[in-house]
Amino acid sequence: MTSGGIRRSVTAWAAAACASFGTAAWANPEPNQLNMTKGVSEWSPYALHMVGFWVCVVIGILVFGAMFVAMFRFRKSRGAVAEKWTHSTKLEIVWTVIPVIILIVLAKLATGGLTSFADTTGSEMTIKITGYQWKWRYDYVDYKGKGVDKVGFMSKLEESSDRTRQLKSNLDPAKIQVDGYNTYLLDVDKPLVVPVNTKIRFVIVGGDVIHSWWVPALGWKIDAIPGIANAAWTNIKEPGVYRGQCAELCGQDHGFMPIVVKAVPKAEFEQWLTTQQDEAKVQKAAQTAQTAPAPANQG
Amino acid sequence: MAHAATHDHHDHHGAPASFVQRWLLSTNHKDIGTLYLIFSLTMFFIGGAFAMVIRAELFKPGLQLVQPYFFNEMTTMHALVMIFGAIMPAFVGLANWMVPLMVGAPDMALPRMNNLSFWILPFAFIMLLSTLFMPGGGPAGGWTMYPPLSLQGESVAYVIFAIHLMGISSIMGAINIIATILNMRAPGMDLLKMPVFVWSWLITAFLLIAVMPVLAGAVTMLLTDKYFGTNFFNAAGGGDPVLYQHIFWFFGHPEVYIMILPAFGIISEIIPTFSRKPIFGYRAMVFAIASIAFLSFIVWAHHMFAVGLPMGAEIFFMYATMLIAVPTGVKVFNWVSTMWGGSMTFETPMLFSIAFVILFTIGGFSGLMLALAPADFQYHDTYFVVAHFHYVLVTGAAFSIMAAAYYWLPKWSGNMYSETWGKIHFWSSVISVNVLFFPQHFLGLAGMPRRIPDYNVAFANFNMISSIGGFWFGASQLIFLGVVVHCVYFSKKKAADRSWEGAKGLEWTVPSPAPHHTFDVPPVIHDDELAHGDTSH
Repeated sequence: MTSGGIRRSVTAWAAAACASFGTAAWANPEPNQLNMTKGVSEWSPYALHMVGFWVCVVIGILVFGAMFVAMFRFRKSRGAVAEKWTHSTKLEIVWTVIPVIILIVLAKLATGGLTSFADTTGSEMTIKITGYQWKWRYDYVDYKGKGVDKVGFMSKLEESSDRTRQLKSNLDPAKIQVDGYNTYLLDVDKPLVVPVNTKIRFVIVGGDVIHSWWVPALGWKIDAIPGIANAAWTNIKEPGVYRGQCAELCGQDHGFMPIVVKAVPKAEFEQWLTTQQDEAKVQKAAQTAQTAPAPANQG
Repeated sequence: MAHAATHDHHDHHGAPASFVQRWLLSTNHKDIGTLYLIFSLTMFFIGGAFAMVIRAELFKPGLQLVQPYFFNEMTTMHALVMIFGAIMPAFVGLANWMVPLMVGAPDMALPRMNNLSFWILPFAFIMLLSTLFMPGGGPAGGWTMYPPLSLQGESVAYVIFAIHLMGISSIMGAINIIATILNMRAPGMDLLKMPVFVWSWLITAFLLIAVMPVLAGAVTMLLTDKYFGTNFFNAAGGGDPVLYQHIFWFFGHPEVYIMILPAFGIISEIIPTFSRKPIFGYRAMVFAIASIAFLSFIVWAHHMFAVGLPMGAEIFFMYATMLIAVPTGVKVFNWVSTMWGGSMTFETPMLFSIAFVILFTIGGFSGLMLALAPADFQYHDTYFVVAHFHYVLVTGAAFSIMAAAYYWLPKWSGNMYSETWGKIHFWSSVISVNVLFFPQHFLGLAGMPRRIPDYNVAFANFNMISSIGGFWFGASQLIFLGVVVHCVYFSKKKAADRSWEGAKGLEWTVPSPAPHHTFDVPPVIHDDELAHGDTSH
């Protein structure tokens, strides 16, 4: 069987596995959600996760099954008499070799996933993400080969969540909803807006301590470390609002610096970007107007 | 058992009468073993109390009980106390009690150092715990103490000094165990005739000596970064925060095997006893422990898949980590084969051992999934990881310690514990621990990060179930305390020298309770007396 054949058959197996485990592609955590989201990006570890899961389930059934048979059959109370044998080279070779073969298959699949994850080439857009205690900053660096002028903003926990999460606030977290979803601790004042069907490269750094940028629907998290620029990419296939959280302990408000990615159609994104750039220009002009007369006054 | 008759059957024959002489100045391996075990049980309840605070705050969404900073102190302290205060000293205590008895030695090789390595620990933990009452609070940057965050704390110096003391204690304990095993075995107790528990501790002791100094180095660099203006981990000064993580996990990964290899040893003693059949594949079991120990040195960066390592490094550490599944699998298969064809009874130590094999294997399964680097990009730093390491550390390491306590309590105390209450403790623990930790897999997969004091309403149900399991598991351990106290002080049922029908090995040839001094004259080794059968074929 060729490696492509293996991959196809494993993918088919994984697909069948997923079907039996529920098929919803969760964009945000659902109440009583049991499994990982399939995600909305071109890259997803979901199939690998399911293959790993079912390998474990099958081995578990065999091993625990054998154990329970042994516990039933070889009870002293049923008159079992202990046998004398203490080893079997043949058996020991079998249960060393079979796991090795399973591991080789898993390693091959996982290596494929790593290679595609590491490949940030051919991206059409760059966004710089900076983690701060306890908010995120997003700076748009370039889009379709052209530099973006001064579009960047802080993104922090929105106010109603912030009020509710205070110790003994007596406010009900269940009441914080957007479009029927509970967004307690998962909503921000200003989301990261990105286009769909665009390969986006993120450059991720830490401003003070280490944070980790994680949106489950994008399939990965990566640490935001002071002094180190990490890179990762996504290509979102469906418009929507995708929520995540900081995943690396970063101090007292680590649990209160959510991430919201709003993926919109390309045209809508371009319009949004133009507006932002215009606003930045207006602000800049206003600033120059304010600072320009100053020397005259002093003079 | 002819040589047993040469020993005095009086309790504590030769033990100093004064309390200070006997306990504070003790050089006796059994008394020091007891001190270690009492210390570790105390720490188990203190660390458990911290866990109760965590689970109480996470009972429902919203902050009801504690401020986020205090919550972070609790997660940090819970880990430090449980790892360095409960699990590790418990295994050292078991080694102190059992290794000399199992290899036919009169005591540990270095008795005064043995005393010192125990008595350092209470001071280390008083210092660590005292930070909770200081202005600025205790450490709140996680037990891994990643800079720059950990350097924002005010208690850095106290915590680091405490860790240095724990490290010195561990290194001295490890040297003592190696010296005892290599030099003090009774004639005829060849290395490949030693019980698997002794083998597991010999290998663990080498791991300890290899990695505790690395931890000491890492935390010393933290100390100088904080107080002496160095920039080892400060990016602004040309340092590298990720360097700390590499050094820490070079210690940290062998450390997790330090907490599980002795457990493998314990289980390999108990399952053959209650299956009345020698351990299956003794040599493979010893070799598997050694392979796991070796591999533990070359897998550290699997804790760091999400820090942005080069792809080559991710692939190397992923493959190396997956390899560990092979020797670990061999161990599990061999335990099952030991049971197969046996004549089994299910006393409390056996119940805990069976639960260990099943639940530790579940922890191993999630470990295999975590080893797959692309999938780890999702799992990392979520409750899936929390579930994973609690399956291997609570239902793994802690269950093995409880199994060992039930197994050897008759030898230590001379009394049988209450089998009924032991079984109640077992069933209560094994059900509640799954209610506690199994739903955490779902929470992690659904997107709940670890170390957060509050969460979205979507995570509410499983958190509440987990908290209920947590309180129930915590309460169950009070039964354990009751069973132990009852066994030692009130039990009327005297233990036989060979307390279990199928028990083999030298420790069962001495009286119960084991007299203060044993094996003044080296015992004669009969191969058919050994727990793992005759290996001479």
